[in-house]
Amino acid sequence: MSQSYNRGLIEDFARWREFEAGMWAWIFHKFTGWVLIGYLFTHIAVLSTGIPAAGASEAAIAAGNDVYTQTIVSLEGLLLVRLLEVGLLAVAVFHMLNGTRLLLTDLGIGLDAQDKSFYASLILTGAITVASVPTFIAGAF
Amino acid sequence: MSTQIPKQTEESTETEAETQPASKGEERRAEKRRRAAERREQRQEEEAEKAAADESTVELKVFRYDPQVEGKQEPRFDTFHVPFTKGMTVLDALMYARDTYDSSLTFRHSCRQAVCGSDAMFVNGGQKLACKTQISDLEEPVRVEPLPHAEVTKDLVVDMEHFYEQMEAVEPYFQTDEYPDGELEEQRQDRANREKIKMSTRCIWCGACMSSCNIAAGDNEYLGPAAINKAYRFAMDEREGEEMKQKRLEIIEQEHGVWRCQTQFSCTEVCPKDIPLTEHIQELKREAVKNNLKFW
Ligand code: HEM
Ligand code: SF4
Ligand code: FES
Repeated sequence: MSQSYNRGLIEDFARWREFEAGMWAWIFHKFTGWVLIGYLFTHIAVLSTGIPAAGASEAAIAAGNDVYTQTIVSLEGLLLVRLLEVGLLAVAVFHMLNGTRLLLTDLGIGLDAQDKSFYASLILTGAITVASVPTFIAGAF
Repeated sequence: MSTQIPKQTEESTETEAETQPASKGEERRAEKRRRAAERREQRQEEEAEKAAADESTVELKVFRYDPQVEGKQEPRFDTFHVPFTKGMTVLDALMYARDTYDSSLTFRHSCRQAVCGSDAMFVNGGQKLACKTQISDLEEPVRVEPLPHAEVTKDLVVDMEHFYEQMEAVEPYFQTDEYPDGELEEQRQDRANREKIKMSTRCIWCGACMSSCNIAAGDNEYLGPAAINKAYRFAMDEREGEEMKQKRLEIIEQEHGVWRCQTQFSCTEVCPKDIPLTEHIQELKREAVKNNLKFW
């Protein structure tokens, strides 16, 4: 049946140029969806290391000497972690906004403006991410 | 083309003379042919040089490939300089290149007015109908390739068989078992219903949408946008009746039917007849859900 004829790099480059809004939205949505899944498992794994804190004395917890608080504090002390948090927010916000766009698409709403709603998702994601930077980076230096 | 007719008669005399040993006259004719070919080549070269130097020409880079000709089995791009005229389409430019420089340049075309659907190509990185694409709207050099995700037969010609199979899989013809009462009464469609299916009837089977679809590229069994649009055209036609609509929906909602669509909108972007393909696919998805979830 129809097997694609390999035109090598020429075809690959051409196809990138061909991509329009809806296609980029799809790629970004895949990407962000899987990044969120990846984060979810990392999140669970890291927090699990803090489980012994459940058995710590009340005094240790009040003083912030338990494993849980120590883990969080040391992680938040790293600039890299702060930057990754900004990235995570960007990824999550885009996935939510574009996800809403896709749900509307499924309901047949706003199909004529599908490219504009994608650009709007991008711009809004950018704005929210920039606005979040002070909160995430505060005290990291 | 008129220039080819004398050549054909020459060839037929040749076959008649084949049984006899090479005569003097034949040798002379062969020599004449060889010289004519030389002259033609020289003229083509001169034309090409002149055009390349000219300001008001368009540069075309055209994909060339022919598995049957030695030296063309390795795909390559040929450059043609075509004199620009106002209103020139990509198809016009290709025809000029073929008629003036290289008569072996192969592509499909017929109506030249976006009706027959034979000349969908990949122009500057997008699926376009060559006869509906103005050169003046394009960046130069204009790169012309055969449709992606289809087997190339020769130059710009791809094998459309798979596309046609998918189109036929949805039974693209009117079927009904609901007839009007009177024997000679017409089977009328009301205006609103005609309006609903209007855009979907415009498909010219060019295959541009299928070629642009990422999902179709990865799943050979996916019906593809054009076939689903065809199914929409009949499923939404009220004259077909309820029973027929059930049958239509069964085809539409099969595993490789509407649910493969990921709303990338590529098909809608490229369709030369401006059919809102994604909209139709989405509507059929909702029809399929409504059909299966019977809460009301
Ligand atoms: C308000 C929040 C969210 C909304 C509105 C949303 C919306 C969506 C929608 C509509 C899809 C289907 C895309 C399609 O039709 O092709 C999707 C896919 C997906 N989402 Fe979400 N989502 C949200 C949150 C999340 C979260 C928190 C995660 C991860 C933990 C996640 C992971 C994924 C993944 C992995 C996919 C599949 C991607 C693929 O197509 O391969 N989403 N999301
Ligand atoms: S739906 Fe549009 S792009 Fe697809 S085959 Fe028909 S006319 Fe061509
Ligand atoms: S030649 Fe008929 S559609 Fe272009």
